[in-house]
Amino acid sequence: MKTITTRVEFLAHALAIEEEAAERYAVFADQMQVTNNPEVATLFREMARLEDEHARRIEEMSGDKPLPRIDPWAFDFGDAEPPEAVDYTATHYLMTPYQALGLVLNAEQRAAEFFQRIADGDGEADMRRLAAEFADEEREHVERVRRWRGKYPPPEPHWDEDPDPPNELE
Amino acid sequence: MEQLSTRQAALKPKDYKSDNKPVWCPGCGDFSVLSAFTKAMSAMTLDPERVAVISGIGCSSRIPAYLNVYGFHAVHGRALPVAIGLKITRPDLTVLVAGGDGDGFSIGGNHFLQACRRNVDITYVVMDNQVYGMTKGQASPTTAPDWMRSKLTPHGTRINPFYPLVIALASGANFIARASSNDPNGTARVIAEAVEHPGFSFVQVLSPCVTFRPEQRDWKKIVRPAPVAPTADPAVAARRLMTDDNFFIGTLFKGGRAPFESGFAPRAEVAGELERSFGLTA
Repeated sequence: MKTITTRVEFLAHALAIEEEAAERYAVFADQMQVTNNPEVATLFREMARLEDEHARRIEEMSGDKPLPRIDPWAFDFGDAEPPEAVDYTATHYLMTPYQALGLVLNAEQRAAEFFQRIADGDGEADMRRLAAEFADEEREHVERVRRWRGKYPPPEPHWDEDPDPPNELE
Repeated sequence: MEQLSTRQAALKPKDYKSDNKPVWCPGCGDFSVLSAFTKAMSAMTLDPERVAVISGIGCSSRIPAYLNVYGFHAVHGRALPVAIGLKITRPDLTVLVAGGDGDGFSIGGNHFLQACRRNVDITYVVMDNQVYGMTKGQASPTTAPDWMRSKLTPHGTRINPFYPLVIALASGANFIARASSNDPNGTARVIAEAVEHPGFSFVQVLSPCVTFRPEQRDWKKIVRPAPVAPTADPAVAARRLMTDDNFFIGTLFKGGRAPFESGFAPRAEVAGELERSFGLTA
């Protein structure tokens, strides 16, 4: 397990978090496109774009200094999954924008908590300052996503009932 | 900290994905296993041109189409013989096999036994959801005997389920592990270990079918790491399996058998004769 005590280790973790989030949202956008849920597909596609932008910014921060190469299972996320990654089993082909943004909201909150933990922990002062900035940024995202979700109604009861399901047990 | 300057070092997991969009149901565990394949390949810095993924038929067997490496979508249950043939003729390639529990343990059940015995240096990843998903939800060899939701088995199968790890161990597989799609990074680690271990490696991945077995979403609350290190002793592994509830994850067994090698040089003249007999060459 690679611990986070230096700036480059922190940036390597942050990059992995943002890249995994971008990848996961891109997968979900494709899922929704394939299953004809265009509104949620567009939403996830936008999230993938935003997370990818964050990842590129982190790459720029590392400058010419190469980030350490860490195996996916050796990151110190405090959990098996990166904090900003939404569980693969969390999506449904009939899910609504409100539900999709609920998943995003939880992911942003987990990311904020992760970065705050680094900021409050031991390690280089410069790294902890950077982690605090990242935590602030994630908290801002939480508020933005909350406002975004407020534009949509919560799902109707029985939202997942499909009178003509694409797959039915035989 | 390893710094690599080769092309492979620059390949990220997403570089091992093709442009084809998976048609699995949203929420399917196989998305996570696909991610684990790409993470393992990236971590091992495999050259995509030196990797082949062979599959059979079923939802999970679509994986080769979603990867940017060589692939072959074989006949139902016949992925293993194809992969073994490929590895024996091209030992320089990294050969993986992907499939599901129906394809691997029913239609291809005997190939599974013989592949374990033969111990060719390939890695077999079975995404086990205890159901035939592609054909809309029939009981598979790993389905519990009291599962009654299929119209084909309204009273359950009432027969013993197939225990893949037990069969693999008894048949001679050289590496045996179980992973969970709820942990794509952990699954990637197990796949990488399996590929790096010589001989026939078998990895069972618990991968929920959220459409026909929605209750499997709860697997993430049940799976837990096995509290023991892998063993090289088959007797110890067998004893551990006696108390296994099918939800312990991790590497169970790492054997020391030498992988099978054909011992014969390629015989191009035989291929030439075959081609002539089929009218492929003059």
